[in-house]
Amino acid sequence: MGILEVKDVGKRFGGLQALGDVNLSVAENSVHAIIGPNGAGKSTLLNCLVGKLIPDSGSVMFDGQSVLGRKPYEINQMGISRVFQTPEIFGDLTVFENMMIPCFAKRDGAFRLHALENVGRERDLVEKAEQMLIDVNMIDKRHMHTASMSRGDKRRLEMAMCLVQEPRLLLLDEPTAGMARADTNNTIDLLKEIKETRDITMAIIEHDMHVVFSLADRITVLAQGTPLVEDTPDKIKGHPKVREAYLGEAH
Amino acid sequence: MFGLNKKDTTLLIAVAFLALCAPFILNPFPEGSSLAQFNAGYPDLMQRFVIFGIFAIGFNILFGLTGYLSFGHAAFLGVGSYSAVWMFKLLGMNVLPAIALSVVVAGLFALLIGYISLRRSGIYFSILTLAFAQMSFNLAYSVLTPITNGETGLQLTLNDPRILGQSATADGGIPVTNLLPGIEMRDTFTMELGPWLFQFNTGYYLCAVFLLLAFYLSVRIFRSPFGLMLRAVKSNQQRMYYTGLNTRPYTLAAFVISGMYAGLAGGLMASMDPLAGAERMQWTASGEVVLMTILGGAGTLIGPVLGAGFIKYFENIFSKINDSVLHGWFGFMPDGLENALVFVSHFFVGKSWHLTLGLLFMLVVTFLPGGLVEGGQRIGRLFRRKSAEDAKSTDVKPAE
Ligand SMILES: Nc1ncnc2c1ncn2[C@@H]1O[C@H](COP(=O)(O)OP(=O)(O)OP(=O)(O)O)[C@@H](O)[C@H]1O
Ligand SMILES: [Mg+2]
Repeated sequence: MGILEVKDVGKRFGGLQALGDVNLSVAENSVHAIIGPNGAGKSTLLNCLVGKLIPDSGSVMFDGQSVLGRKPYEINQMGISRVFQTPEIFGDLTVFENMMIPCFAKRDGAFRLHALENVGRERDLVEKAEQMLIDVNMIDKRHMHTASMSRGDKRRLEMAMCLVQEPRLLLLDEPTAGMARADTNNTIDLLKEIKETRDITMAIIEHDMHVVFSLADRITVLAQGTPLVEDTPDKIKGHPKVREAYLGEAH
Repeated sequence: MFGLNKKDTTLLIAVAFLALCAPFILNPFPEGSSLAQFNAGYPDLMQRFVIFGIFAIGFNILFGLTGYLSFGHAAFLGVGSYSAVWMFKLLGMNVLPAIALSVVVAGLFALLIGYISLRRSGIYFSILTLAFAQMSFNLAYSVLTPITNGETGLQLTLNDPRILGQSATADGGIPVTNLLPGIEMRDTFTMELGPWLFQFNTGYYLCAVFLLLAFYLSVRIFRSPFGLMLRAVKSNQQRMYYTGLNTRPYTLAAFVISGMYAGLAGGLMASMDPLAGAERMQWTASGEVVLMTILGGAGTLIGPVLGAGFIKYFENIFSKINDSVLHGWFGFMPDGLENALVFVSHFFVGKSWHLTLGLLFMLVVTFLPGGLVEGGQRIGRLFRRKSAEDAKSTDVKPAE
């Protein structure tokens, strides 16, 4: 029994069957990659996991509890964080302020009116935020406004914002898209280190096969809304069906 | 100091200084001179500057931080005024209980309206608040006449119980609002310095103290984790949800706080002049605070106060310039030119002061989206660059 169990999930958009009976089981403390061509339904699947979309059929269980019908913030409070395909960060705030929000969210969970404290006075949270910025190599940008940053930087910041929450399940939608080669390698190293030092499960969507094969314990290949195969990276590399349906098409 | 950083402390001290010295600063022209009509240092207007400043500071906590544009905030101001007047009728003429009740009642009313309106965002939220405010206005104007006294407005009478005070003074008049027995809101100390005349009014200084408290509280909120959450709501609500934060309690708290600020403003208004009318809840009054905030600079600390002062100055000073004043100004010119100039100016002053304000508002929004504060910052930067260049050129000179 995995920490995340997706059973027979289907989703239609008008006449388009974006997901058809998807079954997926992600083992605790593993990295599970989901690959597939553009429009395969990968992002749609993640949307069904975080409450952005409600599937037409099937069930999604996280740690034995159903996530369906819960609000996005409740699902996050269960321990699921997500990095989006197009970065979702606070564009009007600085890098540091962006980091402080998940720090406060993690500590308070529910609403607490701390209108007379000072953001900078929360020493422990400030240190936590700064340490995370050091880990993702962004500490020198802490006073920058995020609107003017590159896509790769935005994505690294979003990842840091998710990681600082210490989620149990981290969903990454193309985390290295738009990053320079060096930053991609840094990201791989960071995720590897986090995987080894923390109790964390990751589901990662990625087009960059270098990233996939460096990180993944298991890989699911999705095409036209249905999983084709699910196996270890080595088996997937040589799988004829995969070469035909995905690798052949993509390259 | 006071839990603020250096920059904010400086700002607070500057505001305190301006508020305390306003009777001097706003009366720069000698009495009886032709420019005396531009003086704004009389109690009635100074009180209005400060009261609307408080109203706008509160509105800015909602609109400036969260981006939720309420078009119904005058309702809270009106409710505050009615509450205060009822306190004067039932309890006594001391302003402090009246102001306290205004804040509480406005806060409760804001809780109700905010709870419903905040189910929607964007334009739908604005329309909902507008609808609620218009409903409140109509209720006050007609249906709730026993409480609000309808179109006449709620006033003090000689038959009011005033259980802690007296229904009528010894000479048969209606008693006046006070802070302590003997310290009346209307007390004004007048100082003559040569041709200048300065007026120090108790009511004004009470309002000024509340303004400072209100301003200080707003600075604290801006710098707090709560303020950070509100700015995050404005920036990206989706990210808030996926970070495990339900935004509703934050926006509702901001709505209630800004409603209480409006209630405070309403309570002060009634304390200065103990009557309350439904027109204070009109949508035009709600629109005015939006204008003040945007004109001064939404989301900035000092902007709303500047905007409020600016608009109130225009409303009271420009509107007094009528045709005969204009003829006085242009009298030295040949008759034809004089009449032409008066004819043109006529559209911008006196009863048409709204036109000037409208034009100014359009200019500010088009060229200074950050409002008057942005204008000030730009000028400041210009000077700094200039002085940096001057320093450079003087460095070069000795080498010649
Ligand atoms: N909200 C929506 N409404 C209508 N159609 C949608 C919606 N979201 C996705 N789709 C469609 O569903 C299909 C699957 O989209 P999805 O974004 O899940 O693909 P993907 O595998 O993430 O592709 P990519 O690699 O390009 O990100 C696409 O054809 C897309 O156009
Ligand atoms: Mg996608």
